[in-house]
Amino acid sequence: MRPTLPRLVNILVPVKRSIDYAVKIRVASDGKGVDTNVKHSMNPFDEIAVEEAIRLREKKSTKVDNITAISIGPAKAVDTIRTALAMGADSGIHITTPENAVVEPIAVANALKKIIDDKKFDLVIMGKQAIDDDSGSTGGMLAGLLGWSQGSFASKLEVEDGGKVHVTREIDGGLENIEAKLPMIVTTDLRLNEPRYASLPNIMKAKKKKIETFKPEDLGLDFTPRFETISVSEPPKRQGGGKVESVDELVSKMKEAGVI
Amino acid sequence: MLVRSSRSSLLRPRLPPSQALRAISTSPIRRQVQEITRPAIDTPLSLWNFTEEENMLRETVRRFAEDVIGPKVSKMDEEEKMDPEVIQGLFDNGLMGIETSADMGGSECSFTSAIIAVEELARVDPSVAVLCDVHNTLVNTVLRLYGSKEVQEKWLPDLATKKVGSFCLSEPASGSDAFALQTTAKLDSSGDFYTLNGSKMWISNSAEADTFLVFANVDPSKGYKGITCFVMSKDMGVEIAKKEKKLGIRASSTCLLNFDDVKIPKENVVGEVGKGYKIAIEILNEGRIGIAAQMVGLAQGAFDKSLTYAYQRKQFGKPVGEFQGMGFQFADVATEIEAARLLTYNAARLKEEGRPFTKEAAMAKYFASVIAQKAAGNAIEWAGGQGFVREVGLEKYWRDSKIGAIYEGTSNIQLETIAKFLRKEYQT
Repeated sequence: MRPTLPRLVNILVPVKRSIDYAVKIRVASDGKGVDTNVKHSMNPFDEIAVEEAIRLREKKSTKVDNITAISIGPAKAVDTIRTALAMGADSGIHITTPENAVVEPIAVANALKKIIDDKKFDLVIMGKQAIDDDSGSTGGMLAGLLGWSQGSFASKLEVEDGGKVHVTREIDGGLENIEAKLPMIVTTDLRLNEPRYASLPNIMKAKKKKIETFKPEDLGLDFTPRFETISVSEPPKRQGGGKVESVDELVSKMKEAGVI
Repeated sequence: MLVRSSRSSLLRPRLPPSQALRAISTSPIRRQVQEITRPAIDTPLSLWNFTEEENMLRETVRRFAEDVIGPKVSKMDEEEKMDPEVIQGLFDNGLMGIETSADMGGSECSFTSAIIAVEELARVDPSVAVLCDVHNTLVNTVLRLYGSKEVQEKWLPDLATKKVGSFCLSEPASGSDAFALQTTAKLDSSGDFYTLNGSKMWISNSAEADTFLVFANVDPSKGYKGITCFVMSKDMGVEIAKKEKKLGIRASSTCLLNFDDVKIPKENVVGEVGKGYKIAIEILNEGRIGIAAQMVGLAQGAFDKSLTYAYQRKQFGKPVGEFQGMGFQFADVATEIEAARLLTYNAARLKEEGRPFTKEAAMAKYFASVIAQKAAGNAIEWAGGQGFVREVGLEKYWRDSKIGAIYEGTSNIQLETIAKFLRKEYQT
């Protein structure tokens, strides 16, 4: 048997700067979005993605060559990349966009495809969705554009030496185990891991790590939005409930409310 | 010409020229040194400016405190014991060697970073904050600033990575009057080691610590000029005689220590023999800023917890926080917390810049401890009955805040320190 050459895996981890999960979201005064003048941090699913990449490297069953964190966003997105570096990523890429510009999932997917084509990555680990738009589509679109396998909603990830990948996916019916080969897209679900804190010594080490900056034009990318948000409003306030004594009463109340 | 002079006579009484000049030059007001030497800068900045690392550190400590320490606070307080997992977490995240250089295993960050860490820890648990503060601003810093290269290389790496430190100055008979300490360190006839005898009281971290900085007098006939600082490990003979049961910061161990013919090699002297008193004075200045940060964090933690409740608890048809009377009280306390925070961070930055900061540090510690008491006390009242029960955790802040006016220099000592500066400034 021919010995398989040890494969060095290059991992790309896209991270998004989104509104912090603990913030109380309010509709913006123009009714077309939400108030963004609040605390932002890395999308929690992206944190899980960074953590998984670092764990793959630590496991040593996979030979990880490089973990690159990439973010597409305004100037402040650099903080998000730095957090990824402080967690353990090796280098960063920042594609800058104007402040408050909307970058749609298809634009992100196209940008990531360009970077992957240029710099040759083997594995992309990304959050299954961002908690601000909840669109959950970038991972799938990217897999489609590249023609790569995808393992979405991963709650377990194993990469063997030689490029075989086992992904356990969380689906409505339970868990699904799939087997695929690199190159591949994996999107993370909540139960994949518990991300580490950026410890102080690592924050200091992150200062020395490099971040490459690009403008969309430099890469020949067009981020013009294809959608226009007409309006954003809060959900209707919850009405109080009531207690009923019997099933008959329940049925009559439901008829009154017009639901049956 | 004529117009000008008649105008000036309306504004100021005319003095004969000789007197007019003298009145200005012999003015008794002596400007504080730092006003004269304050460098002019192009872009003045507000006190809300931090480096990227400092911001990231704040984020990390806040999350660590909320996720790891938060669930354990109540238990640690009830049992009066620090959870070892919390201490390990502090070590793992590099928070026990904040200013120590990287080649000794530390995080090589600024002093303000340590202050930020203490503030964020105190928001969740002031007991953990004081453990981290004493370890960093007293123990680590004394070794960094006064220890020889050999002493630093021997003791700092472990302190940054696995061993807790404790600072032993106070004694049963000497608190504010620190120089009246009675622990003796007799140099042996061989000249190779000292024999320590005495007791130390009110020593924080002592139950968890493995490394101790002990101040003892090598020559009582010289008065305070015999005080020397020694570094020692617990196994050299540190005996914990009693662990105090306290009103607040109960998870932070405060013990009475006994030294009974403890032998310490002469290499373990930190700094110079007989110059320990200087170390004590200078280091307590920095420690003050740390305590101020702890009090600010405590006040903010109590405030946040109480207001979250007040804006949820409904009485008379609306959240109690929305009543104007409550709003005015919130505004008053919030103003004081902000003022204390600015005093603290300004003192920290002055120290970083190498400028005199003793007066500002005393002001910060004094003010922060006063407003922390008020903020925590109000926080209980704003939450009504829930503020009074131990389960909720609000009353703990108030109990914890009392120590702020007492340790690392009582409020009266702080006031005397500030008054001394003012005397020098204004006395003729």
